[in-house]
Amino acid sequence: MKAAVIVFPGLNRDRDMIAALTKIGGVAPAVVWHQDADIPDVDLIVIPGGFSYGDYLRCGAIAARSPMMDKVRERAAKGAKVLGVCNGFQILIEAGLLPGALMRNTSLKFVCREVKLEVTNTDNAFTSGYAKGQIIRCPVAHHDGNYFADAETLAALEGDGRVAFRYAEGTNPNGSINNIAGILNAEKNVLGLMPHPENLIETAHGGIDGRALFAALLDKAA
Amino acid sequence: MKARVTVTLKAGVLDPQGQAIEGSLASLGFGGVKGVRQGKVFDLVLDGTDVEAARTQLTGMCEKLLANTVIENYQIEISN
Repeated sequence: MKAAVIVFPGLNRDRDMIAALTKIGGVAPAVVWHQDADIPDVDLIVIPGGFSYGDYLRCGAIAARSPMMDKVRERAAKGAKVLGVCNGFQILIEAGLLPGALMRNTSLKFVCREVKLEVTNTDNAFTSGYAKGQIIRCPVAHHDGNYFADAETLAALEGDGRVAFRYAEGTNPNGSINNIAGILNAEKNVLGLMPHPENLIETAHGGIDGRALFAALLDKAA
Repeated sequence: MKARVTVTLKAGVLDPQGQAIEGSLASLGFGGVKGVRQGKVFDLVLDGTDVEAARTQLTGMCEKLLANTVIENYQIEISN
């Protein structure tokens, strides 16, 4: 399983993501700058978090319209797995790879803390290492994570098992509809989530609850 | 040619910033405000004089970048 991390100007969680993929996968991922000619032949493409283009216009909006995202779209259509975390999730939404919108947190505050997540569905390559309904800990750090979708989109997400993670135990940090924290595309090879599983993968982090996501993706034991 | 694009949230989409502004207006003593919705304004300067061509181009800009049509509406005004 080969992985690549896409880096846009203004992202700042790329190093954590590269460290997580390297530690769990045993091999460093390819690091692809947004202006590189192409993405190497990989099975997993990761867009990490941060503040691409300073969150100008709307979070993720500028990066989503870059030529690099056309390449990500092509790979996703061919079946490559694509993971977007935090700003990466915002970019995937703005690029139309995932439905809905991520709006300002209802508190209007940047929220940086630990939440509880319910693993809502496990019949996909990303969450198969967890038990359905399992509650895990995970850090969040965002200002615009308030997931919104119209009733029709929401019904499709819920009905087709495309809600991967939900905020649990009253820890919803942003007011997202149906407590949604992470969603999949219809083919279930694209996952976007606001929380940062890459920041809870070793005991030095205070827990390893994020590890199973990467272990499943990279075909490694958690 | 000049153009102004106004982007506003669609009805039914929660606007916590508008709500906060509404609360602040009330606390400043401005009574009778029944709702506030926050939006964005873009002022553009365009080459050419063909208003209809400009409108087509501006519509493309709104659909592709300036508005997120999942949650936002847009309005285009063109002036000379």
